[in-house]
Amino acid sequence: MFNLFKIAMRNLIRYKRRTLLTASLITLGVVFVIVFVSISGSFKAMMIGQITDSMLGHLQIHRKGYVASIDNLPLNLNLPPQAYRKIAARLATDPRVAAFSPRIKFGGMFSNFVETTNIRLNGIDPERELQTTPLLTARIAEGETALRRGELWVPVLLAKGLKVKLGDVVVIVATNADGSVNGKQFTVSAILESVTGPGGRDGYLHIEDAADILRMSEAEISEVVVRLKQFDRLDEARQHLIRETADTVDKQGRPMLEVHSWEQLSPFFNIASMIDVMTFFIKIMLVAIVLISIMNVMIMAVYERIREIGTIAAIGTPPGRIRTLFIMEGFCLGVIGAVVGNLIGIGLVVVLNLIGIEFDFGQQKGLLLTTTLDPMDVLVVSVIVIAVAVAASLQPAFKASRMEPIQALRHV
Amino acid sequence: MALIQASNVSKDYETEEVTVHALRRVTFDIEPASFVSFVGPSGSGKTTLLNLIGCLDKPSSGQLIVAGTDIATLDRKGGAAFRGKHLGFIFQDFNLIPVLTVYENIEYPLIMVQNIPPTERRERVASMIDAVGMSAQAAKFPHQISGGQKQRVAVARALVTHPALVLADEPTANLDSQTAYTVIALMKRMRDDLGTTFVFSTHDTKIVGEAEVLFRLEDGRLATGQGSGEAPHV
Ligand SMILES: Nc1ncnc2c1ncn2[C@@H]1O[C@H](COP(=O)(O)OP(=O)(O)OP(=O)(O)O)[C@@H](O)[C@H]1O
Ligand SMILES: [Mg+2]
Repeated sequence: MFNLFKIAMRNLIRYKRRTLLTASLITLGVVFVIVFVSISGSFKAMMIGQITDSMLGHLQIHRKGYVASIDNLPLNLNLPPQAYRKIAARLATDPRVAAFSPRIKFGGMFSNFVETTNIRLNGIDPERELQTTPLLTARIAEGETALRRGELWVPVLLAKGLKVKLGDVVVIVATNADGSVNGKQFTVSAILESVTGPGGRDGYLHIEDAADILRMSEAEISEVVVRLKQFDRLDEARQHLIRETADTVDKQGRPMLEVHSWEQLSPFFNIASMIDVMTFFIKIMLVAIVLISIMNVMIMAVYERIREIGTIAAIGTPPGRIRTLFIMEGFCLGVIGAVVGNLIGIGLVVVLNLIGIEFDFGQQKGLLLTTTLDPMDVLVVSVIVIAVAVAASLQPAFKASRMEPIQALRHV
Repeated sequence: MALIQASNVSKDYETEEVTVHALRRVTFDIEPASFVSFVGPSGSGKTTLLNLIGCLDKPSSGQLIVAGTDIATLDRKGGAAFRGKHLGFIFQDFNLIPVLTVYENIEYPLIMVQNIPPTERRERVASMIDAVGMSAQAAKFPHQISGGQKQRVAVARALVTHPALVLADEPTANLDSQTAYTVIALMKRMRDDLGTTFVFSTHDTKIVGEAEVLFRLEDGRLATGQGSGEAPHV
């Protein structure tokens, strides 16, 4: 084996320029894929992190039908208190769940005593909410990161529109599930940046204030937001929760609850999928580059060495060895391309991190992208390149091993 | 028993218009450890015959037995194995492997053809490289040595596997007559030392004189009355 490797390497060195060109082409492809995979992957991960950690959470549990009519924030589709207690007890002991937070969502009127407008509100338990969506406080443009009773966090667009400042007293008026109207005064304690996606322009208040306005004797929860310990096992956790909650049924005996992952709740998921599709096609392109360039080189190598092949075949080299000799050559080219490409690619990713890439995402400005590279990606790209290099050498190698020695020897 | 037994061996080449009868019912025996030459004008069938003996081609009819094996029975893999075990080849154009050094060229068949363990390999290559007087050039590549030196390396490569038979088609055609003579002398000495049978073809009258058994080919036939070989007379 070592000798096959030695001969293969010597033959590669023999045609220096050609080897260099082919190896550079493969290297370039690998570098491109590595950098692209790294940037797009990091971008995706960061976006998902922004969306889930500042607003959506990883999973959400609602009463059936709530999500379908979430634009109306229907109070009659809130969870009955005993259903919520059951869920909360389960979530509290579930080893997959890092934290969960109940929310009362409702729509109301927001007034600064001069003007009035619509507002969508989340009543939250601040402590639980911050454990579940830790980046929520990062959205606070001005004000405090603690939410007390009687305080209101106002989305920035609304604050601008109604010229509301920190410390201002405002009124929230809302209609409850029975149709009775109630109002309450709040002090603005924070202005919130918007985020892209549903609920990204909602205001926040304390869950007990929400229950007060809506005249709930016991809080009726609209949604339960769940944060998982292992985000990469999202689907598994979702399926598990669906099974766990299946025993909560309505009067007709059908399951009363729905479990959605962020993917089903945010349109950004489609963008994330697009990024995956693009990455896939870029990898296909890499495969094509490696396939064509190695095949081209190996076909030439066989053609140029017909007499040599005739010689070694005549003196008794088994056809299988001749085949291996050429496959080894393609393999070595692939390995060189993969290794050099990965090294340069990793180097570039490090440099990109040192420079720092800034970008905006919706209303969030100046996010700094930290590009990371999954070792798995490096491995996958390497395996693809080497496997394709070997595959591309197969046909030329078989051709070499099937040559008739006398014809090959007579070749000029 | 004869090392090579040819009885009524014919070889036809089918070309588009005509059938070329390259060999016509050739019959001869070659004994072990002999030093044999086939001579004849261009196109008389020397290369064709050596290719048949060398298991690189199959006769159209007749029987050819080399080292006890009917060569018509060998398939591609079997042929390669047979050649690797019993035969050595010396080519007109030397055909050394350009990416391997002199030493590695001689070592090649021991690794790639015969799987000889390293220690024995080293001994065999060392003694063979010494025997052909190329020790000083062991680390050079083929493009760094002369034609005569290349052919000496080729002789060593052919003999390092200890074959029963070495075939050489016009081994001296690309050498000047002085060098040609030394290469033939080397081959003969190796025959004396190792008992290897040498069969070569040539045009060169000077070289012909070195053969101990001489066959004349003419138009695909062994020249009349000389079917079993003759003592050389120049
Ligand atoms: N592959 C082939 N296809 C068709 N005809 C061939 C082929 N090989 C050889 N011949 C013909 O067979 C005959 C014998 O050729 P061969 O090469 O054996 O002659 P030779 O004695 O070696 O000649 P030279 O001294 O020129 O090398 C010639 O007429 C040649 O044209
Ligand atoms: Mg010839």
